[in-house]
Amino acid sequence: MSQEKHHIVSYTTHGIVLAVLLLLTAASVAVTRLEMGPLNTLVAMLIAGAKAAVVLIWFMHLKFDNKLYTIFTVLVLVIFLLVMYVTFFDYSYR
Amino acid sequence: MENHTEHTSHVHRDDEGDKMGMWLFIFTELLLFGMLFLIYAVYRYKNPVAFQLGGNELDVFMGTFNTVILLISSATVAMSISAIQKGNKKQALALLSVTLFIAVVFLVNKYFEWGAKIEYGLYPGGDALLELGHGTILFFGLYYVMSGIHALHILIGIGLFIYVITQIRKEKIHSTDYVWLENTGLYWHLVDLIWIFLFPLFYLIH
Repeated sequence: MSQEKHHIVSYTTHGIVLAVLLLLTAASVAVTRLEMGPLNTLVAMLIAGAKAAVVLIWFMHLKFDNKLYTIFTVLVLVIFLLVMYVTFFDYSYR
Repeated sequence: MENHTEHTSHVHRDDEGDKMGMWLFIFTELLLFGMLFLIYAVYRYKNPVAFQLGGNELDVFMGTFNTVILLISSATVAMSISAIQKGNKKQALALLSVTLFIAVVFLVNKYFEWGAKIEYGLYPGGDALLELGHGTILFFGLYYVMSGIHALHILIGIGLFIYVITQIRKEKIHSTDYVWLENTGLYWHLVDLIWIFLFPLFYLIH
């Protein structure tokens, strides 16, 4: 594994990733001003999810690293969502 | 293995193992904050109006400003890894100094933000907070615990950056041995990742 060549991400790529993240932040603040009821929270979470994915894929190098890290990350996410689902399933039928 | 003479003393290194360890730690952190988000979700589901009232008390500008600078610091630490890989020590140090500076600014902002609320009595057990409803008390409890644990992580990050900067100065971290910097970067992105969710859930409640 140590023979693997390290991928050097260019400054331009990091710059573009940062610009995307800032745009998504602006979108997230702007969307708050719209009246959409419960949809507001959903949209805010979708945007946050997109930002998190960008950070994980590019800044945290999941795109360039061993795929094992990606698999683990997805597994952790699935566990979290399952716990969330089970908890709310419980609360909604009380 | 030792069938050829080594010029330098051989130190055992396992960068991939180090990184794997860091990722495992990150997963435990994600689950730690994940459970806090779960508590938040349940309480918000039960007290939607109170959470909205609580959210209105928070300063959207301050929250957005901290989000923006934290994202920039994530980019600079990612760039510092590229710099060290290219063997550009000066640039790496400059980028890390910017990151360190932003981390300190983030905490200073938090100090003013919390300071104003505490002065007003909006803290767990504070007069102004106790006058508000049960749900808003829950909201502020979660706000202080979650952004407090996050701020603690920023503080630890500051310590890590100071360490990494001195190690680069001493040439202990360089273009062929930089796993410490990589892991510090991963840690910092985790701190950013958590803030990405804290920001809309507390500051942008509608």
